[in-house]
Amino acid sequence: MRRVVITGMGIYSCIGENLSDVCDSLFKGVSGIGIEACRTEYGYRSPLTGIVKKPNLKLLLDRRLRIGLAEQAEYAFMATKEALDNAKIDMDYLEQNEVGILYGNDSSAKAVINSHTIILDKKDTALIGSGAIFQSMNSTVSMNLSVIYKLKGVNMTISAACASGSHAIGLGYLFIKNSLQDMVICGGAQETNYLSMGSFDALGAFSTRMDAPQKASRPFDAGRDGLVPSGGAATLILEDYDHAIKRGATILAEVSGYGFSSNGDHISQPKNEGSFIAMSRAVKDAGLQAKDIDYINAHATSTPLGDLNEAMAIDSLFGETKPFVSSTKSMTGHECWMAGASEIVYSTLMMQNSFIAPNINFENPDEYSAKLNIADKTIQQNIDVLLSNSFGFGGTNSALVIKKYKGF
Amino acid sequence: MTREEIEKITNGFLVDEIEINPEILLPESSLKNDLGIDSLDFVDIVVIVEHNFKFKIKAEEMASVKTLKDFYDYLETKVNESNK
Repeated sequence: MRRVVITGMGIYSCIGENLSDVCDSLFKGVSGIGIEACRTEYGYRSPLTGIVKKPNLKLLLDRRLRIGLAEQAEYAFMATKEALDNAKIDMDYLEQNEVGILYGNDSSAKAVINSHTIILDKKDTALIGSGAIFQSMNSTVSMNLSVIYKLKGVNMTISAACASGSHAIGLGYLFIKNSLQDMVICGGAQETNYLSMGSFDALGAFSTRMDAPQKASRPFDAGRDGLVPSGGAATLILEDYDHAIKRGATILAEVSGYGFSSNGDHISQPKNEGSFIAMSRAVKDAGLQAKDIDYINAHATSTPLGDLNEAMAIDSLFGETKPFVSSTKSMTGHECWMAGASEIVYSTLMMQNSFIAPNINFENPDEYSAKLNIADKTIQQNIDVLLSNSFGFGGTNSALVIKKYKGF
Repeated sequence: MTREEIEKITNGFLVDEIEINPEILLPESSLKNDLGIDSLDFVDIVVIVEHNFKFKIKAEEMASVKTLKDFYDYLETKVNESNK
């Protein structure tokens, strides 16, 4: 069977707008969390958020290619531009070869709300402009990027809540492994505007540690009080190994396993059994055992119940070998539809640079996280194999195993 | 509003908002073939014209508007109508 490798990556996040800056932030344990004051005025219980800079695409894209891009599609363009440059893929290559796109996204609230506001005011749909429909759909990212990059392969958006980005990579891996595509642009994108997170804030799920924003996201810590929403975009170029070698591509890592499951239970509460199944399937799919995993990039979002359940699942599967565990959400906040993809970028950067990024703000374990080997500081350590978890509303679970490439 | 003002505002939004190269904004330029204005751009022009000239373009009225000069003529007629 074919092997699937990563030949390019790109990132646009609250801890950096390119791979180099993000790697630096991860190593130093830098937080990208802040306060957006307008959220309080608007009616949020918690105005904490990852702070992501708005990109300026005017010099990068013609108007027609730009105006259908929703906010998260703009982030995805920036991440994809870096990933394609990183993979040394230019427009000539894209025009002459079949490349697909499987990108994670699960909302486009701002665009819909803006259109509604105009129609309500003007009583005329003709006054919202031509970009509105293309910005308003969940598939805004894959739709627009496939036009910008003239893609002719598989073309769709994966919507699976906070596991969207991870499932997108898992599906890209399956398409390539099964010879349906040679190259797929995979990723995850998340809008960060205040209009998009109100209904999530309504659940009371966000941290209210406003006196210390950078300490608010504290996965696995006994004092955690909720997640901090965040976003941006992350892109990975997945490719068939032989195809990559023939092209002369640099191999960054191998996607060697994908596991998925669904809890069939509560819509918002996680279930450790479901997480366990996804993780074990990913490890088995990679042809490995639990003892082979050196590092786990946890899903852990800093919610009381979520982190607890994941800690139980990790301990059930890895209790004997206790690999290092950290949640980069401690620094980035919960990047939602982007997270599954961005965390593969973060983890691969760690693997390439032989360090484990810290789970910052982990000061006191609770009875469940006490059983895990949590890296509360940066650890300089070789990683040969890592596992990345992403779990979403509706009980959707995804896990990916990434292996260091040392030649096949 | 004078004809000159109408032309200036129109050229202004064609350059700034539709991002057409000002050098090709000649009265005889074909909207479709020379300026590259397609059906989606037209949707946006309806919005911009409403904002600048306070009337809404009707598609059927644009059937005979082929060149930039035709467009200036059309806008002038509509602006004068709404001023009566």
